[in-house]
Amino acid sequence: MAIEARNVTKRFGEFVALDGVSIKVESGSLTALLGPSGSGKSTLLRVIAGLEVADGGDVYISGKEATALAPQKRGVGFVFQHYAPFKHMTVWDNVAFGLQIRRRPKSEIRERVDELLELVQLAGLGKRYPAQLSGGQRQRMALARALAPEPEVLLLDEPFGALDARVRVELRSWLLRLHDEMHVTTIFVTHDQEEALELADSIVVMNKGRVEQTAPPRQLYDEPANEFVMSFVGPVNKLDDAWVRPHDIELSHEPNGSTSTREAQIERIVRLGFETRIELVRDDGERLYAQVARDEADELELAKGDIVYVRTRRARTFSA
Amino acid sequence: MTAKRVVRYGSLGYLAVILVAPVGLIFWRAFEHGWHPFWAAISNPDAVHALKLTLEITLVAVPLNTIFGILCGLAIVRHRIPGMGFVNAVVDLPMALSPVVVGLALYLLYARDGWFGGWLFRHHHQILFAYPGMLLATMFVSLPFVVREVVPVLREIGTEQEEAAATLGSSALTTFRRITLPAIRWAVAYGVVLTTARALGEFGAVAVVSGNIAGRTQTLPLYVQASYENSGSQTGAYAGAVLLAALAILTLVAMTMVRPRQEAHGDRST
Repeated sequence: MAIEARNVTKRFGEFVALDGVSIKVESGSLTALLGPSGSGKSTLLRVIAGLEVADGGDVYISGKEATALAPQKRGVGFVFQHYAPFKHMTVWDNVAFGLQIRRRPKSEIRERVDELLELVQLAGLGKRYPAQLSGGQRQRMALARALAPEPEVLLLDEPFGALDARVRVELRSWLLRLHDEMHVTTIFVTHDQEEALELADSIVVMNKGRVEQTAPPRQLYDEPANEFVMSFVGPVNKLDDAWVRPHDIELSHEPNGSTSTREAQIERIVRLGFETRIELVRDDGERLYAQVARDEADELELAKGDIVYVRTRRARTFSA
Repeated sequence: MTAKRVVRYGSLGYLAVILVAPVGLIFWRAFEHGWHPFWAAISNPDAVHALKLTLEITLVAVPLNTIFGILCGLAIVRHRIPGMGFVNAVVDLPMALSPVVVGLALYLLYARDGWFGGWLFRHHHQILFAYPGMLLATMFVSLPFVVREVVPVLREIGTEQEEAAATLGSSALTTFRRITLPAIRWAVAYGVVLTTARALGEFGAVAVVSGNIAGRTQTLPLYVQASYENSGSQTGAYAGAVLLAALAILTLVAMTMVRPRQEAHGDRST
């Protein structure tokens, strides 16, 4: 186990940021802390890094108790949401910082920094200052800086939060490749469930300072532990007491004789590339939406105002 | 168009009347009869002593207030120490207090029957009418400048860079030296300039505690006033004033010389 938090509690005045949180992160894995803002995910990351001191509970890094250890001594690399570049230093000096304070030989530092700049695709930009880089470049510089002292654990706080959508998607697949190459145990914080599902081996869903569920992405999506996970991870409709994913809704023009179908009227049809979203209103006024492949939608020849019959698959109910 | 003109000539005119004319007049009066009377006036032993004393006080007061200012700024911004709000308010006191009041307060404290004065007197330490008292008065009045420059910049840069340095293995001292200090260096430099200017020119507080003895406890501003009022040689007053103005200008030039390098880096754009 590379990282373990046991029953960690943290309060900021009256606000309970972490309420008895326990997580285990396997060595070499890529783990996401997923949750809405205020769920405690960033605080947990900062407690693991030693930037916040927990009020209660223990933290273990690589099997060693680290609860009271200063951040300097934890061997973690941390990438801040806004990258925290050292503004008065060049890109090269930023990356070299962690090695210089360890008094590594100059030739070794030069070799390692050049290698890292190559790795994060910033070779040739070493003489620039952080203010002269784009957001994505700054993020990669922060990553190279964190990786330079060869940390056992890499912690990323909302690593893609401050980037625009296109750069974000590029960096995601790049980070995945990097992780495959380096195999550093990595934890990243995100509020974007799509990002967590795409990148992580394991997802910790947090809400109001507690862990709701820890599972691999597929299991999290298919077998959510409770209503919160169901509604936070992936799209969802709530119908009466049941929850159903929009792609688990079948539409037809005929009632099909089944008892489980209900009538609904098409309110709007939105074509999103290869998928089509059909927004519906049931006879009792409940709203829901279905997601079907474009070809399927074309075959059905749906139009706004049509009355269709709705059948749900894999609907879930949770006991409160 | 006219509004622009009003702003331009209005501000220039204001500057000319309030600033340039009086200072210019001093220079003109000092060199009115050529270089020789000026040189004679400033090479007078009392003048030389006054200049030396002023520099001696400034060169001690400024470094001390700079170190204190940085530490105090860090304490106010970075640490939640109880009572720091009070300290934050008290730091401004020298700006609000008339220097004469400062001098009087020091006088009362260090006089033979004052709180500290009795003990110090028994142990043969002379504070009043001597260098220590003048230094204390100068330090008091020039205290707030570095703190006031450093505090907003520390607030602005935040703690993230320092935290990043910590996670990279940097000790608190190394982080201060390599991250915090470079980030606030322009604020510190500006604070030092203001502190120096204030220390060089201080009159009121020093006048009260120094005794104003020519050749012994007379700083340059005191010398200017004394030679203007007492002696017939007003050139001495003008020459001293020119010297003071020259020191002030030198301080400002020193600042502008270190300043332009930062823009090239663009690192003030936080």
